[in-house]
Amino acid sequence: MLDQTAHLPPLPGVGYKPQHYSGILQNAKPVGWLEIHAENYMGDGGRPLAQLRYLSERFPISVHGVGLSIGGEAPLDRDHLERLKHLCDWLNPASFSEHLAWSTHDSHFLNDLLPLPYTKATLARVADHIDQLQELLGRQILLENPSSYLAFAESTYEEPEFLDEIARRTGCGLLLDVNNVFVSAVNLNMDPRAYIDAFALQRVGEIHLGGHDEDQDEHGAPLLIDSHGREVADPVWALLDYTLARSGPKPLLIEWDNDVPDWPVLQAETARAAQALELVA
Amino acid sequence: MIVSQSSFHAALRQPSDPIPKGLHGTDGHPAGRRFNVYRNNVATSLMDALATGFPVIAKLLGDANFKNLARDYQWQNPPKSPLMMKYGERFSDFLLTHPALGKIPYLGDVARLEYALRLSYHAADSADFDANRLQTDQLPNATFSLAPSVQLVSSAYPILGIWRMNTHEGAAKPKAKSETVAIFRPGFDPQPEEITPADAAMLSSLQNGEVLETALSKAQGIDPDHDFARILSRLLAGGAIADIHLPET
Repeated sequence: MLDQTAHLPPLPGVGYKPQHYSGILQNAKPVGWLEIHAENYMGDGGRPLAQLRYLSERFPISVHGVGLSIGGEAPLDRDHLERLKHLCDWLNPASFSEHLAWSTHDSHFLNDLLPLPYTKATLARVADHIDQLQELLGRQILLENPSSYLAFAESTYEEPEFLDEIARRTGCGLLLDVNNVFVSAVNLNMDPRAYIDAFALQRVGEIHLGGHDEDQDEHGAPLLIDSHGREVADPVWALLDYTLARSGPKPLLIEWDNDVPDWPVLQAETARAAQALELVA
Repeated sequence: MIVSQSSFHAALRQPSDPIPKGLHGTDGHPAGRRFNVYRNNVATSLMDALATGFPVIAKLLGDANFKNLARDYQWQNPPKSPLMMKYGERFSDFLLTHPALGKIPYLGDVARLEYALRLSYHAADSADFDANRLQTDQLPNATFSLAPSVQLVSSAYPILGIWRMNTHEGAAKPKAKSETVAIFRPGFDPQPEEITPADAAMLSSLQNGEVLETALSKAQGIDPDHDFARILSRLLAGGAIADIHLPET
């Protein structure tokens, strides 16, 4: 039951923004696939769903949830689970992914991906929630590594080990965001290549790339912010090359969610992703 | 030191509160400014969601004022679901009762119009309606299903005029008057248009499932010269009629 009925192709894709609708359709060399945020397509009708229907007839679609709060201490929101099921049943996407994070507390949705301590208790809870989600959707999901600005003293697992253990217990796949790896590594003073070396690359069904902003904490240490509001940084492209050399070709996504540029700028990012894939073809 | 989500949440909510112990940055320093990234992300993302959902209110208030109000609103009325398309349902009431906004009483009603436009945008589609189905002598006893995208908003202020002036280049300055606005969505773009109070009474009656004869008598109670043909042609052009139900014979 947990085998995906379809997979994303190992090509560059983009996070879909409605302002790029004609750019994407008129592009001489179209992108390989599109990713949508599930929560933006949970209305009853109108243009968003009509566009999505049209695009889904032309491109493989990845549905990326940003609101399920899989790491939340409370049970998963049943209404939201049903909405996700409804969307997946209607669209039959090539992939469904969510985040290792929490975003709801006491039925207050915080609209951000908040961090988790990597403990046995968190592991058991997240695994239960993923079991419940995969059972309901009748498909394997991919779980994405977060970007971190701080660490929990109580954590007893390293993040790659924690994600691998969740995947082993639940049969879920992993979504590797190499920008998140770089952001977390700089913020927590770790080696991003050592993170990739420790990551279960054979479980990766998709790779994310996005831009980050640079800041500092009050002690003068660098503090990178996962802003998705600019081009992918050079060291992140280098980390992608390092990753692909070990994983082989994977579906690559350019995420640009804030200060969204005109289509040609985003297209140039996908061209750079295509070059990275050619190196390992 | 275990950091529960409830203590994390409480510290997100109160920027003046201490950051939970057990969170750290590099070199064992307590999280400090790093925790503020999450505080800032939550506040900014919800303010952005409100600014996207209420562009005319954001323009009327200006960036700094809008952000201050949006920050207050989001903690008083936090989103109860991850669907940002529905966030801001109570923003209109919040603006209407906000003590600092007493001199601009129309803001709340303009917010209600913007929210209604958003509901209309995301409403379910309805099939094209064949106007020939109106050719029946049973028409007075018929009930109608209006399209789910139809919305009605009334105000003591010229809300549509204010909305137009802030969304359409060169639109005329509105005159002080009350306005009743209907939103129709003939394709995918909601079209707000002014209707008469009698038209609004008729549409409300139809939305409540009353037969056309009743709806028309309610309209005529407000305006004895109510022009049914005129509003009917606007309903048809606006794709506002989804279905007609004739009484069983």
